[in-house]
Amino acid sequence: MSEAAPSLLGRLGGWFSPAASAEIAAAEDAALRSDRFRLEREGEWKRLEAIVTRIEKGRLRGISDEDLLALPALYRTAVSSLAVARETSLDAETLEWLEGLTRRAWFIVYGPRAGLGDWLMRFFGGGWGESVRALKQDILIAFALMVAGTIAGWLLVASDPDWYYALMPGGMGDARVPGASRAVLMGTLFGQQDQHGLAVFAAYLFSNNAQVSILAFALGFAFGLPSAMLLIQNTAILGALLWLYHGQGLTLELVGWLSIHGTTELFAIMLAGAAGLHIGRAMAFPGDAAVLDAAAAAGRRSAQVMVGVVLMLIVAGLLEGFGRQLVDNTAGRLIVGGFMLVFWTGYFFVWRGRGQSS
Amino acid sequence: MARREPRSRNRMVITPEGVALPLVLATRGARAAALLIDLALIGAAMIATTFTLIWIAGGIGLKLQEIEANGPKARALQALVIVWIIAMFLFRNAWFLFFELGPRGATPGKRVTGIRIAARGTERLTTEAVIARNIIRDIELFMPIVFIGGAVAAGSDTDFAGWAGAVWCAIFMLFPFFNRDALRCGDVIAGTWVVEAQRRKLGQALSVSAPVAASDQAFTFAPQELAVYGEYELQTLERVLRDGRGTALDDVADAISRKIGRPYPTGAERVFLESYYLQLRAQLEQGLRLGKRKADKYAA
Repeated sequence: MSEAAPSLLGRLGGWFSPAASAEIAAAEDAALRSDRFRLEREGEWKRLEAIVTRIEKGRLRGISDEDLLALPALYRTAVSSLAVARETSLDAETLEWLEGLTRRAWFIVYGPRAGLGDWLMRFFGGGWGESVRALKQDILIAFALMVAGTIAGWLLVASDPDWYYALMPGGMGDARVPGASRAVLMGTLFGQQDQHGLAVFAAYLFSNNAQVSILAFALGFAFGLPSAMLLIQNTAILGALLWLYHGQGLTLELVGWLSIHGTTELFAIMLAGAAGLHIGRAMAFPGDAAVLDAAAAAGRRSAQVMVGVVLMLIVAGLLEGFGRQLVDNTAGRLIVGGFMLVFWTGYFFVWRGRGQSS
Repeated sequence: MARREPRSRNRMVITPEGVALPLVLATRGARAAALLIDLALIGAAMIATTFTLIWIAGGIGLKLQEIEANGPKARALQALVIVWIIAMFLFRNAWFLFFELGPRGATPGKRVTGIRIAARGTERLTTEAVIARNIIRDIELFMPIVFIGGAVAAGSDTDFAGWAGAVWCAIFMLFPFFNRDALRCGDVIAGTWVVEAQRRKLGQALSVSAPVAASDQAFTFAPQELAVYGEYELQTLERVLRDGRGTALDDVADAISRKIGRPYPTGAERVFLESYYLQLRAQLEQGLRLGKRKADKYAA
């Protein structure tokens, strides 16, 4: 290699300068037909390689517009060269190198088309709603599961208050236990606006909830069963809470307390569960497609929903951390919660956005 | 029963142009190494961020006890805590996403180990696929660590549910060992796989670099002398010529010389081999153009 390198450079240099072309012509006469094929195209291949290398190094700015425009054409040249070379050339070195180059260019030409920024633009401009609508059936199932979970929680606790302790992830000093007086329960719902550190609380809630919903989605991988269980278990807690406050005639107050952030948060959890169920369903009943293909298609569809879920949980965390403590009356809380519910429903199911091409 | 050969890691994808491209799947070892490197980097980034924030907090004279208090200092401290919580969330969830969406399709760990992600089949790698494959990481990695760690820490006290959870999680963690393509759960969901990302330099074309090709001392072989070998031997000879020096050249030249019954002057091994290579390749490539392939010396 070491003694070949200078001569290669010389030859390539000569390739482009007319003065030395006679020498090259002589070499070409001596060369094999397949090597002539290679020499004629090598300039373009090298140009493609230079562009690809720059892109791989992340120096997109250093590439001229001309080169960027030429990239797809150069890639196609390389692909067709490869196809021809496979049928005509026995030069293993060239074939392997060309395969490698084509592969690298393929990754770039057929890589993720949009950067994170462009993708987010498309996402908010209708892509999010579209992906949610694609999961309509699963959302209905998730909704049914959540309602069933709530009712089951209520009935369980109503039949035997001991269930309450089994369902609630018990904090030691929690005042919300069966038998608590109306005043105590009332105190947990109102009068916390003097609390400080609300912002920290909100950020903590978001981080925590987002991790839980990611879990609900990821568990869909096991044919959706854990997702369904997670949905039921979480809403059973809700049912138990409702029963507890109902006993003291505080149902509406509790609903207000929950709804200010709950409409957003429960909506997000429902979407996460639906996304998990969607994958589980695709794997359990792949239809005509192979299981792996069906899972992949479902995964891509629901990944978008999951990004949306995380964003919704940010909103929910803010509402829970700030809104609930600052809005200290049931009517205000219900208005905010109701507005959020209408907003999300409208955004997902009514507004079609632009870019409804496919 | 014959022993099963270790399964090949070579795969083919068809580009939209209809050309088959070979890919080599990354080894599980390389992927594990890449993951460990990434986790170490994430850990380092988290620690660095934490200390930077503590240093900033110390610089403006804040104490953690004051967070519950009211006033400008508490607000500044709260802002720092929020930055910290969000940074930790992003490091945990967005690290892989950010790097794998780049043109290299690889996190720093994957770059070090020379691997990258790619879409299975003919579809292009999409942003959604990258998101999907990384969202699943939670149940594959963090949850098993918590569960199995918990089961091990509790030792003999672990109840049945604890063990069941640990086994359940282990299934996800060990998923790549149970399928041919070494897919982890995230790869299944996203329709991706992890392949080697080799880069190589193009060697000189042999018929140009061989100075003897047209010179006087070159050998000329008769068609029957060239008919002895096929493509496999040709490519072996190419490898020898490209990187073989000294004894390898001698041995190969001797072998060929014996086989075709033609001596060559001492010290002219290279010339002999290069002449033979070029003429054999010319003959085989001509056959190729006429639709006749000769795979190796045993082929008819």
